[in-house]
This record gives sequence, structure tokens and C-alpha cells, in this order.
Amino acid sequence: MKALVIDDSRVMRKIVGGILVDAGFEVVEAENGQDALDRMAEHDDIGLCCIDWNMPIMTGFEFVVEVRKHAEWRDVTLMMVTTEGEQDQIVRALAAGAHEYVIKPFTPEVILDKLQFLGLVEIEETV
Amino acid sequence: MTLTADTFDFVATLVRQKSAIQLERGKEYLVESRLAPLARSAGAVDVDAFVRGVRGDITKHDLVVEALTTNETSWFRDINPFTVLRTTVVPDMVGKGRRELKIWSAACSSGQEAYSIAMIIADNFPGIRTQITATDLAENMLAKGRSGEYSQLEINRGLPAPMLVKHFERTGPTFRINQQIRNSVTFRKNNLLDQPPMGGPFDIVFLRNVLIYFDVATKRDVLKRVRGAMAPDGYLFLGAAETTIGVDEAWERIQVGNSSVYKPREGK
Repeated sequence: MKALVIDDSRVMRKIVGGILVDAGFEVVEAENGQDALDRMAEHDDIGLCCIDWNMPIMTGFEFVVEVRKHAEWRDVTLMMVTTEGEQDQIVRALAAGAHEYVIKPFTPEVILDKLQFLGLVEIEETV
Repeated sequence: MTLTADTFDFVATLVRQKSAIQLERGKEYLVESRLAPLARSAGAVDVDAFVRGVRGDITKHDLVVEALTTNETSWFRDINPFTVLRTTVVPDMVGKGRRELKIWSAACSSGQEAYSIAMIIADNFPGIRTQITATDLAENMLAKGRSGEYSQLEINRGLPAPMLVKHFERTGPTFRINQQIRNSVTFRKNNLLDQPPMGGPFDIVFLRNVLIYFDVATKRDVLKRVRGAMAPDGYLFLGAAETTIGVDEAWERIQVGNSSVYKPREGK
């Protein structure tokens, strides 16, 4: 499956992208919400977006709202990955159509746990 | 490696006596990494020096055992058992007329498993009352579980965002699970080698990733005690790497999807 990593920090894109590549995803990157919409239009097989909130030009929240207006993207899983950890922001993001929410900082296991729960990676039981 | 063989043997013996957990040679790294924070907070130069310092101080022994027997834990760890709980086990119990479920989360650490069970049942079976008994050896873990407060990092580990929003409230830097869910879980100190906790007979027992630390005789002994604390038609969840097969034949293994769950055999 193809995943789109949306963050204005190149370092964050590499960190999140690296975790996803190790989990078997092919990764596409975008620097902001508008850039991400362009990538979505280019690649019709993106199944997962990992989305920062605060970005120039178009925020991650605006991106989620925009994606949810498009019927052809209704099966795309949207996961916020952001430093914004206030409860009302989590509520807003979920209400707008995000499926999951990861608060930075995080470890690779955090992302993998969420992807397992979403059914996007195989469940590997731990000891 | 700063740990001498003598220090390791002392820790291994102490942990075996107090918890029946076997720490074999080769697990020095585990002792090092688990005791390093204690050593630092005690101002010792390294773990070896810390252990030498506490050898004669019996009041510190529990701390050492707690540090070695506490596992990392996450919400809905491995997911599969919780899916089986929701799709198979609780519907079976409810189908038999149960309106209240008594559940034991053994070796519960800081309570994520117990609260995960409580949330799943609250969300999917709203008319069913749950009384969950969560037990552990470690007082610090029980206290944390009782508080129901978790850091952002802990919240990140496996808790689905919709459940976070529904069942938690943010209190400053931490998230606290709401009172309704907290009230369904009672935390008690319990050693699996002693008598089972109050709160039974249990309809469902979670005993996951605990047996792996025990030798076969101890596994058999623990399984027997657990069986004695369960309802005859109850269900037992073990860790993915654990089984009753070849250890205690008084259990029937039931395969559900990729996962399995165990029931006491009749007449055993």
C-alpha cells in the first residue's frame, strides 16, 4: 500500500516515512496540505495519510476537511501525527474525518500499534 | 557490563524467591536495564554498586523485585484477544444469561489491559455490568492503575483516538480515564503463587505473557490455581507464545480466527 507523509519538517517526514517503509509501505511525501492534495491527485493508490497539523499554505486539519469532500478518497485512512494534544483538537480532527491521532513525540511502536488497530499492518503478537 | 556474577545471582535468587520468575544467566542485560533507574535515583555509581548496597537492606528488596517483574504495557496489546473477547467470549456469556461479568486481569502492570477490557465491554455491551479485578505484585504499578492517569506517551501506545476522546479527560499534562470506567476496576496486590484474589469466581481471566517466565511445574501450579478461581464455563486468555498444551491438560483450547482462548474441561 502507498502512504502519504505530510509534514513541513523534512526530518519528521523521514522519521515517519522510515517507520512506514519498514512496515511495508511505499512512501510519498508532501510539505503541506495543498502539496498533499496534489500528490493525492497524482497517485490514485494512496491508502494512508500521516498528517501534521501545523503547516504553511494549508494545515493538516484543512487537508482532512478537503479530502472528506471527495467521494473517491473515502477509503483513505487519515491519521494525524502532531504536537497538538489538546482534547478538543483531537475531537475536532476525528469529527472532520480523521481515523486516528498520534501526539508527538512518539516511538515507532506507537505508529505500528495504530496501524495494526486500523488493520493496515499484520498483527504480530508480542511477548 | 558492570554486573558481576555474584550480583546477578543475588538478584536472580531474590526474584525467584519473591515471584517465582526465573532469571537465567544471559539475562544480565535485563537486570542492568531495569535496575539502572533505581541505581541512578539512589545515587549509586552503577547497578552493581546499587545491588551491593541493598543486599543487606531488606526494605529495598521489594523495589528490586518490582523493577524486574514489571512489563511494558500498552492499550489493547496485540488486539486479537480483545477482538475475541468482543466477538465470541462476551456474546457467549451474555447468551447464557449473564448480566454481570467478573473478570480478572492478572499481572496487570499499570492497568491498561484492565481498562481496555472495561472500555470494550462498555462500548459494545452497554447493559452488562463488569467487575474487573486487576492484580500485580508491584505496589507502584497498582497505585498508577488506581489513579487512572496516563502520560501522553502512554496514551499514544495503542489507545484508539475515538476511545481516548470518549473515555478520557485531559488533566494538565496527563489524561485520566473517566470515573465510570475507573469504578469498574479494582486493583489488588496479588502474587500468582499465593491464593487467587477476591472478586471471583471469574468468568474471564486474562493471564497474558506471565507463564513464559515460569518453569513448567510453576506454570502447572499457577494454571491450577487460576482454574480454581474460575467459573466452570469461564474463559482464559494467555499470551500468544503461551499454551496450556503439554503443561496442564485440564484445559480445552478453542481456536478463534488467528487467536485462541481456553476453557476448563468439565470434571477437572
